[in-house]
Amino acid sequence: MNDPVVILAFAVLAIVMLVSAAAVVLLRNIVHCALFLALSFLSVAGIYILLNAEFLAAVQILIYAGAVMILLLFAIMLTQRAGAIAENPPNNQVGMAAVVAVALFGLLALVLSGTSWLTGAPAATQPNTEALGRALFEYYVLPFEIASVLLLVAMIGAIVIARED
Amino acid sequence: MNLYLLLPEISLIVLAVVLIGVDLLLPREHKPALGYIALIGLIFPAYFTMLLSGRNEVSFSGALVVDQLAIFFKLLFLIAAALVILSSIEYVRRLPIPQGEYYALVLLATSGMMLMASTRDLISIYISLEFTSITLYILAAFIRNDLKSSEAGLKYLLLGALSSAALLYGMALTYGVTGSTVLNDIASALGERGINAAAVLGLVFIAVGFGFKIATVPFHMWAPDVYEGAPTPITAFLSVASKAAGFALVLRVFATAFMPAENTWLPMFFVLSAITMTLGNVVAIRQENIKRLLAYSSIAHAGYVLMGLAAATAGATSGMLVYLLAYTLTNLGAFIAIIGFSTRVGSDNIDDYNGLSRRAPMLSLALAICLLSLAGIPPMAGFIAKIYLFAAVFDAAATNPALYYLVIIALLNSAISVYYYVRVVKAMYFAPAETEESLGMTFGLRVALSAAVAGVLVVGIYPTPVMQAAQVAAQVLFP
Repeated sequence: MNDPVVILAFAVLAIVMLVSAAAVVLLRNIVHCALFLALSFLSVAGIYILLNAEFLAAVQILIYAGAVMILLLFAIMLTQRAGAIAENPPNNQVGMAAVVAVALFGLLALVLSGTSWLTGAPAATQPNTEALGRALFEYYVLPFEIASVLLLVAMIGAIVIARED
Repeated sequence: MNLYLLLPEISLIVLAVVLIGVDLLLPREHKPALGYIALIGLIFPAYFTMLLSGRNEVSFSGALVVDQLAIFFKLLFLIAAALVILSSIEYVRRLPIPQGEYYALVLLATSGMMLMASTRDLISIYISLEFTSITLYILAAFIRNDLKSSEAGLKYLLLGALSSAALLYGMALTYGVTGSTVLNDIASALGERGINAAAVLGLVFIAVGFGFKIATVPFHMWAPDVYEGAPTPITAFLSVASKAAGFALVLRVFATAFMPAENTWLPMFFVLSAITMTLGNVVAIRQENIKRLLAYSSIAHAGYVLMGLAAATAGATSGMLVYLLAYTLTNLGAFIAIIGFSTRVGSDNIDDYNGLSRRAPMLSLALAICLLSLAGIPPMAGFIAKIYLFAAVFDAAATNPALYYLVIIALLNSAISVYYYVRVVKAMYFAPAETEESLGMTFGLRVALSAAVAGVLVVGIYPTPVMQAAQVAAQVLFP
């Protein structure tokens, strides 16, 4: 893992991810925000690849950069009205939020950099899709099933709240 | 994998799906029957829960546990769901909202809470919490053409998402320090490796996430707006069942996973408890809307229950459980009375309760009993619960003298709270009424209100069975 290429790749991906995430919050044009969100999702997929989790990276791109982004862009397109031109709503508490965010970041950086983390063995390089499937349907079958009921609830909720009378 | 351990939850989910199916077949004028179907259907999960009582089994790779603590909470949620459904029938019939989906979502939320009481693994805890929360966001926003209901749903969703982020961050830190997501393994890892700063940060973030759920100060700001805007039966459900489910998680996570770090979280819950009860009570004094009044009162009651976590003994835990049950029955009773009033009068202002005792004597009596129980006046359940909890915390003070101050703060707060509860009672009994027109009540509300008030009186006069059940449940965490 101490390969300089890996470290450089990680640094680039992390910087792209954080800068685009900040752009999502700070930019005024909401379509630009959505596109930067896609970029942020893609860099997360890159970090998964660095961790040898290639299946997770593919799923990240398919679900987040693909499905979620398209849904988001459609939602923006369909809810736009004349007058509210693609704007992130103005907010007069940016200053206070910045102070809180910087303070929290300072605290976290201080604590986390001084922590000795419990690190496992380096991730194996062979394909891990099967292991992931086994973990999901054997070890984590309870959260998996609860998630399926959660999706049912989300669907009922979306229909109830969005349907025309 | 023992699927039968999930029978109560599975039967609830099946019941919800059946309701949606039956909804399609029923003609519009027979829709209220859905409420009665849901109510009768609750017999199945209740039966299965009773059947599992007395077991102590872990399954699903350690993610699910069925013990007396889980059973206690599951029965509490089922009682709350039954009363909420019964009091919804008239309320929902009058509103232009889809009834099948309404009852189905109430049942699904109940199954989510039951899962919360039974999960023992951070990932399952997060998913079941999110499942319950998302269902409740939808229910809060259920009256689509009402701006306040939409606002309630949106506020609840946004602040809930923020709290979920804090919770997940705390869970990630905890996993990073301990290398496990199962609560018992986290405890042994913390015991072996010691408590470092990252572990403390992890438990603080988890406490923040749960703090939103149970509406403790300073994470309470969503509660009054959501309680005011949501459909009143859902407000009742939120204020009792959702809060109790949050406490089930806090109890299990802190009294098992973070037990080795006890010395860091005992003072934290001490402070949270003291500021929560004080702020809740002080702000409640000035409320003019009865739903907001009960919102702040429910914040104050969360503060009293948190005393048990600041003490963290077997006695204090059983005190918390008795208090939660008494509070559930009492608060539901108060809300059912409010539903009865607002469906007839269409107002939640305390001024409109003036002279209610002459217009609706039974409703006024029931509301008065519930409010006095919330204030902690004998012979109601609220009195017994307060005595039991405060005495347990007082006992724990023998080893941790700071708790004496907490008991004193709680007693002062109880005295303050009498003022605003009695103010409503005084308005009903001694203020002149603007009209003398009498208010009727529907059959469903009558039954629900009688059941809740009977519960309040029975627990208040003969609390032994509840106390015994709570003691057995508390032994799960503090053997």
